Amino acid sequence: MTVETLIPIAYLIAAVTFILGLKGLSSPTTAVQGNRIAATGMLIAVIATFFAADVKGGVPVILAGIAVGGVAGFAGARMVKMTAMPQMVALFNGAGGGAAALVAILEFARQRDAGVLEFGASLATLLALIIGAVSFSGSAVAFGKLQGLITPKAFRYSGQQLVTGGIAAATALLSLVLLGGAIAGSFAVEPMLLITVIALLALVFGVALVMPIGGADMPVVISLLNAYTGLAVAMAGFTLNNQLLIVAGTLVGASGTILTRLMSKAMNRSLGNVLFGAFGAATTAGAAAATASDDGRSIRSIGPEDAAILLSYAQNVIVVPGYGLAVAQAQHSVRELADLLESKGINVKYAIHPVAGRMPGHMNVLLAEANVPYDKLFDMDQINPEFQRADVALVIGANDVTNPAARSNPGSPIYGMPILDVDKAQNIIVIKRSMKPGFAGIDNDLYLDPKTAMLFGDAKDAVGKVVQELKKTA
Amino acid sequence: MTGEAIVAAYVFILAIFVGFEVVSKVPSTLHTPLMSGANAIHGIVIVGAMLVASAIGGSFGTVLGFLAVMLGTANVVGGFVVTDRMLAMFKQRPVRKKE
Repeated sequence: MTVETLIPIAYLIAAVTFILGLKGLSSPTTAVQGNRIAATGMLIAVIATFFAADVKGGVPVILAGIAVGGVAGFAGARMVKMTAMPQMVALFNGAGGGAAALVAILEFARQRDAGVLEFGASLATLLALIIGAVSFSGSAVAFGKLQGLITPKAFRYSGQQLVTGGIAAATALLSLVLLGGAIAGSFAVEPMLLITVIALLALVFGVALVMPIGGADMPVVISLLNAYTGLAVAMAGFTLNNQLLIVAGTLVGASGTILTRLMSKAMNRSLGNVLFGAFGAATTAGAAAATASDDGRSIRSIGPEDAAILLSYAQNVIVVPGYGLAVAQAQHSVRELADLLESKGINVKYAIHPVAGRMPGHMNVLLAEANVPYDKLFDMDQINPEFQRADVALVIGANDVTNPAARSNPGSPIYGMPILDVDKAQNIIVIKRSMKPGFAGIDNDLYLDPKTAMLFGDAKDAVGKVVQELKKTA
Repeated sequence: MTGEAIVAAYVFILAIFVGFEVVSKVPSTLHTPLMSGANAIHGIVIVGAMLVASAIGGSFGTVLGFLAVMLGTANVVGGFVVTDRMLAMFKQRPVRKKE
């Protein structure tokens, strides 16, 4: 038995570790081990691959690629702030998609040189190329939007669907020409030229797909592109006849699809609605409706002293964290505030909207970092009935997830999205930097509510000041 | 269909079912780490990149091979490390005593 015959066994072990890893990641107690098990499997697979016959001549190139990619990936992952996690995931996802597309191009070139460009393999290779390229450029746009390099607003122009559809049609047409050539065994056009044009069209299509989607929907898009990359990798597995790539890619494609559906469900919108949908188109109607309801009501601004007094006389306080808390890194200050209130015998709970922050679970991660105990965090459905018993709802940097327009204004672009019933609380304190609208780009009626007091400032700063005021009175 | 292709099709179909089953019961707290962990797993494309890195040779093929391996490695390493950082925050820690 040579070393090479052991490679499939190593791949089998790796495939099992990926399944165990995903299963582990599904529960808080086993998640850390799950991730490490999968990483170990990955290491086994990579080491085994070095012994494959196809690799022999490429070792220097491979080692160089691993060195550069490994350092870049490690440094990026270590240095990124927790608030920037979503765009980091987008970036790594794009890298995977790009790798799948490049594998497809190399495999095409190899098959053409060997004169074995036939239909079945070509179809899989083509799908790996197109899906990988779409995921690569789409992820790059998602990264740019979340990082603020490109406008996070939905980018739309007249005839957009026609142009995007045209790009898709051109890609499909050229693909058919290529596949037809593979069946006939002769090509009217040089196949590598066709492949290059198809790859470029797919890249443009990825950009066209993500540009019209607003920043608030980016988590759903990243999750979808994650599933795409998985599918691209599975297709590359078909091309290379490599079972491990098929298993791992398909696992991610399937689980990513489920996750994407869970996320759009949390916003009460279908996936189609996110991709082609309402946010951009309905904004004008929503904006008009919001202005119309501005009937002379005004906002009430308070200072940290007033906020401290309001809080210290409360029995039940519900904290509603949002992206503003994440950006300001205010989780530790918030915990300090909660500790202080609890030492006065005040009941403090946290209301976590499914899409608070930029991703599901984003707030839980940040609050866990500040040692906020698990049993204080409540899901939307658990906490919503409790708002009417709350003396103070303290909204920290959350906006769209508290907007009553989602319940009452059919013209609003977020109409129908489940929200936290913050407006049912006796008093509402909103900590916010300015009156600037949230990520969905619409105004929030909550701020005009007579029960609402606005405490303007950076979340960390403002909470810190409230803490100081509370200490004075203690 | 060749025997190899039909085996690949079996693997593909069965993996779809496993993928659906494995993640269908996940608390929403873990959605982000799960997405990130799955993201790292499709970094397995690095194995594909290694297998084709020297497939055509020449400077064009070498550059593409290098890029493919590099991107795949960034996906794997970055994906697992970011996931581990996210999950480190879920670890049970002793509750701090209040003064």
